[in-house]
Amino acid sequence: MTRPMRTMPTAPPKPRPADENLAAALGPEVLRSWLRDMLLIREFEVRTMQAYQNRQIGGFCHVYIGQEAVAVGCTAAVNRNDPIVTAYRDHGHALARGLEPRFAMAEMFGRIGGCAKGKGGSMHFFDVPNHMYGGHGIVGAQTPLGTGLAFATKYEDEVINGGSSSRVTLCFLGDGALNQGAFHEALNLASVLDIPVIFVVENNGYSMGTSITRGTSMGHDITTKAIGYGMESAVIEGMDVMDVYNGMKPMVDACRAASRPAFVEIRTYRFKGHSMSDPRKYRTKDEEAKFEAEDPIDKLADYMMSEHGLSEDEYKSLTKSVRTEVREAVKWAEQSPPPDLDELYTDVYVERWGPYLGTSPPPMMQERSERRP
Amino acid sequence: MTRTIEFRDALREAMSEEMRRDQRVFLMGEEVAEYNGAYKVSRGMLDEFGPRRVIDTPISESGFAGLGIGAAMMGLRPIIEFMSWSFSLVAADPILNNAPKMLYMSGGQVGCPIVYRGNDGAGGQLGSTHSWCVEALYSNVPGVKIAIPHTPYDAKGLLKTAIRDEDPVFFLESERLLSVTGEVPEEEYTVPFGQAKIVRPGKDCTVVSFGRPVYFCLDAAEELAKEGIDCEVIDGRTIRPLDIDTIVASVKNTNYCVVVDQSWSFASPGSEIAAQVHQHCFDDLDNYVGRVHSDDVPAPYAQNLEQEMLPNARKITEAVRAVTYNA
Repeated sequence: MTRPMRTMPTAPPKPRPADENLAAALGPEVLRSWLRDMLLIREFEVRTMQAYQNRQIGGFCHVYIGQEAVAVGCTAAVNRNDPIVTAYRDHGHALARGLEPRFAMAEMFGRIGGCAKGKGGSMHFFDVPNHMYGGHGIVGAQTPLGTGLAFATKYEDEVINGGSSSRVTLCFLGDGALNQGAFHEALNLASVLDIPVIFVVENNGYSMGTSITRGTSMGHDITTKAIGYGMESAVIEGMDVMDVYNGMKPMVDACRAASRPAFVEIRTYRFKGHSMSDPRKYRTKDEEAKFEAEDPIDKLADYMMSEHGLSEDEYKSLTKSVRTEVREAVKWAEQSPPPDLDELYTDVYVERWGPYLGTSPPPMMQERSERRP
Repeated sequence: MTRTIEFRDALREAMSEEMRRDQRVFLMGEEVAEYNGAYKVSRGMLDEFGPRRVIDTPISESGFAGLGIGAAMMGLRPIIEFMSWSFSLVAADPILNNAPKMLYMSGGQVGCPIVYRGNDGAGGQLGSTHSWCVEALYSNVPGVKIAIPHTPYDAKGLLKTAIRDEDPVFFLESERLLSVTGEVPEEEYTVPFGQAKIVRPGKDCTVVSFGRPVYFCLDAAEELAKEGIDCEVIDGRTIRPLDIDTIVASVKNTNYCVVVDQSWSFASPGSEIAAQVHQHCFDDLDNYVGRVHSDDVPAPYAQNLEQEMLPNARKITEAVRAVTYNA
């Protein structure tokens, strides 16, 4: 038998030019759903901040306000069964992927109804039925995991099912993760092993309080990081969900077709602090005002009004329905009981042994299947 | 039918059989494929399973240790080889912070059925950085299982169990044991976790160990038998889960106990077992529980110093004599 040769990495896939407005072509219904998703994330985060201040939420809590277009535009650019994974600022991605706000809120309230039974908290949202593989708390730690998720989809498609690789994984990270070793190892592995993962850097300019210009070499053009790993890259403006989609979709298609990794920088801004305890002294009010004027929700709403005749009343009813949904989520979370003390010893091991009580999926998964047959 | 094979062949048989049985199982690590394994454990596996299931990685432990976790979360069964567990330290975040906590943090949504395996302990004059016994460090972490075989039979049976296990398993081999031969059945078998084995029955003193030091315990028991001290040597086989019941039953019979653990003494499996034996056998013990560890110093290069630092038969005989009032 001749020894099978390891395939050489193929050339980086060439994404289609993003000059055509793919998002606009999707039509008003899709755009309206994006608007609603962004409004939902915004409202959820506003309520999250309130609940945190009311001490209903503990620990570290990082809100996504300002970055909504990134999660919504990126998840729209992939298929439902394409895995995603992200860091600790994970509320937006989970909601964009379809996690119901009540399960998300209950998680932060530390209740049994939470997506992880109240054991993960704000930084560790999981929604595996929606192919959302976490919320990960350690900066950069999710980059090898995302590479592994994509390795597995390819392995399943090719080795187990004998077909060709059909899925792409989105691995989100912040600009702060660019300087972690794990990130560089993940990019190198993805490249040498031809793994279909897209590293989506949500560049909001700051790793906590350190500006990218202070902490990251070549911070003015981070796509240079991709060059050394032989990856195609793109820079996408992240304050407009249509730009995000238009930039991501060709990249996703190209990676899927070629089964290769890619690197995307999405330029965005967090309107709030790094976490709930951040006085934001490292940046100017002028800078914040400049980006707040670029609000991605306003932008899409304006577009819908001018291009698709969205009326003020319709917009108001949209915001109202979102407000109601989140208010109900908060109420639901408040009523969800704290986990039984036995839960301390469940989900440590799958197997029951010694003091450990085995594992079971969270009530959320049961409830959801009842609600959505 | 049994045959006599090397420890490394037993490991390879376990992996190959499980890979034939289950397509989700794959092997990944440095030099595992084209080089045929840095220690020839995976020799021939590339030829049988091809480059998609026996996968060479660059020297990038944090990367491929984490990649394996992502793959396990998607339902695959990765075997990740560390050429040495000493190198796992640069992968501490994935192996300690992700793999053992995934099931818990996700509230039972997704676990991590992964096996990390490789050489643990002194390889022979490798110096401090390459001679780690990681069992003390890693056994501190809930969510991991730790297996540490000393015979080819156990190596194969425990590794098959590890690969089938739904939880993350750290599988600690020893470079110094890879060429050891032993009888291994041709038929399918597994060795369950959490079941210690009495490798030498005795009535005077219980000697508990794991992995390579079990051989030193057996040597010491031979020596002590000449003096009329009849040791019962127990191989714990797995540190998590720990079969404390077998150890306790033995101590209740012998009334003396010495624990031999090649990691450093402070906060180690040896200290944990000693504490548990004190708790469960308080009224049965006729003396404190003796402990033999690697000396509390970095591993030296010089051969005589290294031999003196590691647990060895002399230290064990001295410890047994001391606790049994025969010193």
